[in-house]
Amino acid sequence: MSGCISPSDLAQARRLVALTDAGLPLVEDPWAWLAERLELDVEATLALLQRLQADGAIRRIAAVPNHYRLGYRHNGMTVWDVDDEALERLGPLVGAQPFVSHCYRRPRQPGWRYNLFAMVHGRNADDIERDRQAIRTLLGEVCRADEMLVSSRILKKTGLRLTGASSPARQR
Amino acid sequence: MELDSLSRRLIDRFQHGMPLCAEPYRAMAEALGCEEAEVLAGLQRLDRAGCLSRVGPVFEHSRAGASTLVALAVPPARLEAVAACVNGYPEVNHNYLREHHYNLWFVLTGPDRAHLDRILTQIEAETGLAPLDLPMRSAYRIDLGFPLEVAS
Repeated sequence: MSGCISPSDLAQARRLVALTDAGLPLVEDPWAWLAERLELDVEATLALLQRLQADGAIRRIAAVPNHYRLGYRHNGMTVWDVDDEALERLGPLVGAQPFVSHCYRRPRQPGWRYNLFAMVHGRNADDIERDRQAIRTLLGEVCRADEMLVSSRILKKTGLRLTGASSPARQR
Repeated sequence: MELDSLSRRLIDRFQHGMPLCAEPYRAMAEALGCEEAEVLAGLQRLDRAGCLSRVGPVFEHSRAGASTLVALAVPPARLEAVAACVNGYPEVNHNYLREHHYNLWFVLTGPDRAHLDRILTQIEAETGLAPLDLPMRSAYRIDLGFPLEVAS
């Protein structure tokens, strides 16, 4: 975290990441819980969060669902070999599809021809195959090849950890 | 997992962001037209059912240092051992088995790119497998959320 964050905010932001690694506790006043641990008052804690969000260091504060548990057990990493010149125009269109959760441009590498990645999620294999077809239609002729890599197992999934310390908030 | 109506509305409405104000649960209740206590109870119910990954700030990873997506083509017989080796690094925060020649996919996050390069070199030395290094060049969508209704 850098940019226009002040050094004192940066130090607090690092503590914030560690404290909220597993999320905030579900208590009536989460800011008071956080304020106590940051050794700030509640107003200063809220102001810190607002500054970090305005600055972009915090993308959002949200109720992040566990889609797997909600029945969205199928996810496909679709990868596309798209003409470089068309990619900056079409990438945002693919990213705007409601069934796409992540969409990135990544470099081609020797043995790897795909430069566009889009994650799709669904309740069954047919769902994600339909989503893939929709992306294929959207890209049209500027796409030379594509594949879908279906996940068969989650081997590790943890949030961002900067400190290596586990969060005291909520252990799973 | 079937959700009650309030739980579904909580997720659909607030997976992309909650109000950042002094009384967030009260503001959420006003938005949904219910009582503040129902919002907290609804979140607790979702949490107990394992339907919430977390409630809280989502940090901008790219600003927190460097990250990259890495793939390894692991011979099936060596999968368990290689996965254990990769998972042993605290810099690895997602690791998925996928059905492909490149079958192990994980995200590496560290303080800077040089750190990631060192880890990639170490992984290659330990496993004898050449990692495919695919750092993000542009983000066209970075949101983890999608509408429950449309996606179903």
